[in-house]
Amino acid sequence: MKIKHTITDNTITISLDGELDASSSVLLDEELSNPSIMMFGKILVDCKNLNYISSAGLGVFISHLQRFEDAQIKLIFFNMQEKVRNVFEILGLDLLMTIVSSYEEAVTIAND
Amino acid sequence: MTNRIRVSCDRKNLKLIRAFVTDTLTPVHLSEITLNQIILAVDEICANLIIHSNQEDSRKNLCLTIHHGKQEIVIELEDNGTPFVQANYKEPNIHDNIRAGKKGGVGVALVNRIMDKVEYSVQGSTNICRMYKYLA
Repeated sequence: MKIKHTITDNTITISLDGELDASSSVLLDEELSNPSIMMFGKILVDCKNLNYISSAGLGVFISHLQRFEDAQIKLIFFNMQEKVRNVFEILGLDLLMTIVSSYEEAVTIAND
Repeated sequence: MTNRIRVSCDRKNLKLIRAFVTDTLTPVHLSEITLNQIILAVDEICANLIIHSNQEDSRKNLCLTIHHGKQEIVIELEDNGTPFVQANYKEPNIHDNIRAGKKGGVGVALVNRIMDKVEYSVQGSTNICRMYKYLA
């Protein structure tokens, strides 16, 4: 799993590349647990190259969601592959998290 | 057709396990989503066996066997760790997990929703998890 981030103004875009499982999800948890992330108003997660997610990967997002909501930080996923989106859907997480098709759509929602 | 692999209880082996499931089931011509779901179900059970049942003790092993025919895919996982007690399992409430900031606890729920039947048994010192996916 490779994690890159890009910062523009009040937005951090996190790009995930690889597979998020019980082994690799530790890296993502460290990234989202970093106190500096709370300085941003918007966290966009680019899932274009995220090829796989297990419950451990979902669990990382689940565990941070309330903290981000409490701080009024928007968490938006985009470019998600169908098979990865399906895993969110199995648990109904697609209804509790914001998942959109494209970067442009993510930016529009983030600026609403 | 039956394929079998034995791996040590190290979470780094989950990637190897997923590659084995992919290679074994490629001839079945499942949709990308169904194949990914079955890979996920195997990954979830293996992660639980490695982390919880065997405490990531790499001297211990687990055995994965996949049988596939025209009608069904049967997946068996065997290990010698602490058995999973299905009677003690409680389906998670995702809203509660979000409120509590809980990381774990949704893997078995995924498995139960993906597979058509999941059975747990113990034979001597061996725990067996058998999962079925019907194709017809």
